[in-house]
Amino acid sequence: MKLAYWMYAGPAHIGTLRVASSFKNVHAIMHAPLGDDYFNVMRSMLERERDFTPVTASIVDRHVLARGSQEKVVDNISRKDKQERPNLIVLTPTCTSSILQEDLQNFVDRASTISDSDVILADVNHYRVNELQAADRTLEQVVRYYLDKARRQGNLNLSLTDKPSANIIGIFTLGFHNQHDCRELKRLLKDLGIEINQVIPEGGFVENLNKLPKAWFNLVPYREVGLMTAKYLEKEFGMSYISTTPMGVVDIANCIRQIEEQINRLSPILLNRKVNYEPYIDEQTRFISQAAWFSRSIDCQNLTGKKAVVFGDATHAASITKILACEMGIRVSCAGTYCKHDEEWFKEQVQNFCDEILVTDDHTEVGDMIARIEPSAIFGTQMERHIGKRLDIPCGVISSPVHIQNFTLGYRPFLGYEGTNQVADLVYNSFTLGMEDHLLEIFGGHDTKEVITKSLSTDADLTWNVESQLELNKIPGFVRGKIKRNTEKFARQNGVVKITVETMYAAKEALNA
Amino acid sequence: MSIKISETLTFECETGNYHTFCPISCVAWLYQKIEDSFFLVVGTKTCGYFLQNALGVMIFAEPRYAMAELEEGDISAQLNDYQELKRLCIQIKKDRNPSVIIWIGTCTTEIIKMDLEGMAPKLENELEIPIIVARANGLDYAFTQGEDTVLAAMAHRCPEQENFIGDKEQNEKKSIEKLFSFLPTETEKKTKQSIINSKNKIPLVLFGSLPSTVASQLSLELNRQSINVSGWLPSQRYTDLPILGNNVYVCGVNPFLSRTATTLMRRRKCKLIGAPFPIGPDGTRAWIEEICSVFGLKTQGLEEREQLIWESLRNYLNLVRGKSVFFMGDNLLEISLARFLIRCGMIVYEIGIPYMDKRYQAAELKLLQITCKKMSIPMPRIVEKPDNYNQIQRMRELQPDLAITGMAHANPLEARGINTKWSVEFTFAQIHGFTNAKDVLELVTRPLRRNNHLENLGWTDLVKER
Repeated sequence: MKLAYWMYAGPAHIGTLRVASSFKNVHAIMHAPLGDDYFNVMRSMLERERDFTPVTASIVDRHVLARGSQEKVVDNISRKDKQERPNLIVLTPTCTSSILQEDLQNFVDRASTISDSDVILADVNHYRVNELQAADRTLEQVVRYYLDKARRQGNLNLSLTDKPSANIIGIFTLGFHNQHDCRELKRLLKDLGIEINQVIPEGGFVENLNKLPKAWFNLVPYREVGLMTAKYLEKEFGMSYISTTPMGVVDIANCIRQIEEQINRLSPILLNRKVNYEPYIDEQTRFISQAAWFSRSIDCQNLTGKKAVVFGDATHAASITKILACEMGIRVSCAGTYCKHDEEWFKEQVQNFCDEILVTDDHTEVGDMIARIEPSAIFGTQMERHIGKRLDIPCGVISSPVHIQNFTLGYRPFLGYEGTNQVADLVYNSFTLGMEDHLLEIFGGHDTKEVITKSLSTDADLTWNVESQLELNKIPGFVRGKIKRNTEKFARQNGVVKITVETMYAAKEALNA
Repeated sequence: MSIKISETLTFECETGNYHTFCPISCVAWLYQKIEDSFFLVVGTKTCGYFLQNALGVMIFAEPRYAMAELEEGDISAQLNDYQELKRLCIQIKKDRNPSVIIWIGTCTTEIIKMDLEGMAPKLENELEIPIIVARANGLDYAFTQGEDTVLAAMAHRCPEQENFIGDKEQNEKKSIEKLFSFLPTETEKKTKQSIINSKNKIPLVLFGSLPSTVASQLSLELNRQSINVSGWLPSQRYTDLPILGNNVYVCGVNPFLSRTATTLMRRRKCKLIGAPFPIGPDGTRAWIEEICSVFGLKTQGLEEREQLIWESLRNYLNLVRGKSVFFMGDNLLEISLARFLIRCGMIVYEIGIPYMDKRYQAAELKLLQITCKKMSIPMPRIVEKPDNYNQIQRMRELQPDLAITGMAHANPLEARGINTKWSVEFTFAQIHGFTNAKDVLELVTRPLRRNNHLENLGWTDLVKER
């Protein structure tokens, strides 16, 4: 048992439902007690979805507990089959059904003989995987199912498209800025003269999955979901995939170069020519994206060496860390992720770009780390935003879990060249503006608020005399708390009980030395 | 599909495929109500994820609740439940020092048959802190019924009234009181005012968790009728639980408290006053009248008071009159709300409700019938364990002016041109008593008022037909 207040990644079935409901005309039936269909609320509220979420529950109640589901699940599947006529019904186990140990596969087998829809059982273990891993697994499962089916029926289409084309794998519902990223990726590929073969799962039809192998390569923008599918397609059909996240000008360039390589493997044979994307990368980086110019501009100078903390899912935390460190000259004191299953990859990615690495799914550990480091800005999830609020440190949200305000109506990609602009804005606006910072320091600040200690652990054993308090009040508001804490820390170390102006300066000197 | 509207109340039962909150959500309002409590939900990630999302921002305010998240070792009994719970509870005691820890049993603890009730007394002795067990799980209950299970469990912890306090003893007490009282006339005045409660010494305990302002508003209403409320279940603090016993009268303030009512009657031998619930001015009046009649009191100025409230609601009533409502059903407040809205002049097509206790809600159902007759409106159909899919088909046909529904359906219905109000808001808003009747209508009319503003824009239907 674990005492828990908050979690970064949800339970497994949420991942399955996210994938299932991203496809068009796919219905998920949860084998779950009343109230577990909370997913529908999230989708309807966060995504502001206009359509009914295609998820229903086959309710597990007292009777089911006593005698098993018997006909119930099968009935519910065939009822949904008649009502909505979906292409596919995904029976989704929950934590409850995984301990009931009913033979759900048997229900699925029975139901698929009587319904027109295809029926599969999502193959995820509730106690071993989280939301993201389950989503990855389910996507692979669905793709595998339809490719196997196509192979059996002999309508597998293996001939490559005439023009270069790509599948984008891993865009799905309730993903962090996924819709915007998808649009941006399509634009990027179009600029490169590459057609989009399919985007899965968002908006895709399962009956088109048999055409997946027609693409020249697969693009997996996020590490969390899609890699399994890409690896499966590589193994089965020899399709290569690119999993470099095109976030930040450096990695976009890396990603495009890999695409170039892929295309040039095939295009001399199929098109009798080679592609060269270098001029495109150069043009975009220098003149279309503002990010490269921004990091050169004097504004960004003021950010040099400022401390930041990054925390989020593996993809976003790693990319943002690299952007902050390489592209903006910001010092990343700590980079962390809650994707414990991807720890190795994450560490390898950020190793040289930050002072320390934190891999945990315990938000209190993250909070303590932030309180200890006292960065000038945090880039994290909604949880870090709240930690930042409490500690009076600004925070830019860069990763799930998110609130409704992160499902913006306006166009806000994180990927691609437009994404670099968005990220630059986000980073810049999160830090106190440079000149403002400077002026406040010169003129003693305009903040007349009382000093509030923002540290989570305060000892009241120290007293400030009148002069030192006045002196403290002269210090601009946004650094006052920090100076106060540093002084108190110094006083404690040196056994000073009463803090005077002299103590303050001594502390400052000690710190600078 | 044609929908019959009958003359008598009809009860139907559908498949139970409907959307509602899990009953563990009751910790959200109960931990705030009972200030010195700590709620420990013994369940899985699924429960935790639900709470975290349903309670939104509250989670960041260091709430007095937590998950005891079960891991694979707990499920397969490789770990000792007792030791595990003990470890967590010691930590809670150390960090928060609550007066009571309430374990919320979930589906998982039911299925693996974790003996929470058996472990609690043992651990209680060891830790010297009361531990209450409530099985608020989705296998048996819906949404607000969670509170019912907690209060039913808590009813066992209320101090026992000494049996049959004789008149003599009471008189002795009084004379002592007189001796020590500095203002004897004041005391006498007071005793005169509350004839019933002190003279016949009939204590009245109200049950149901309400925000403290609403609780004191209701107590005050009864005070005006010379009735003293001797206690509330739950009280603001666990340490102030009311005294119960076989001559204590109890009355519910919410329609979903049938288990609590049963427990109070059967186990604590209290006398239950079956009344409509104090929602809306009509309900509040009927509620007070019923209590007064049990105590043999004539109500004073109640009719005028109700009338005044209706007067003050006039602007809202103009908005709702003649409009139709469809309750999809998810929180058990539906009968009372429907009754109030009918009295406001609305037409109710269907009252979906998760569970209908016809005995506990008898007075409310009767008032619903009377109200329908009075307003000469056909009786709505009451659908227990509704099927959301069928309901949406019916709604397509009926095109109600307002659907009261959960958040899963609200946006999709709005996109199809049907006004909706989230039913959950009725659970969290202050809707009881005369004072708060306005708040109910404020909620009900909000979509109507909003859409009055948008009406002329011409885009009500916002989905593409495939």
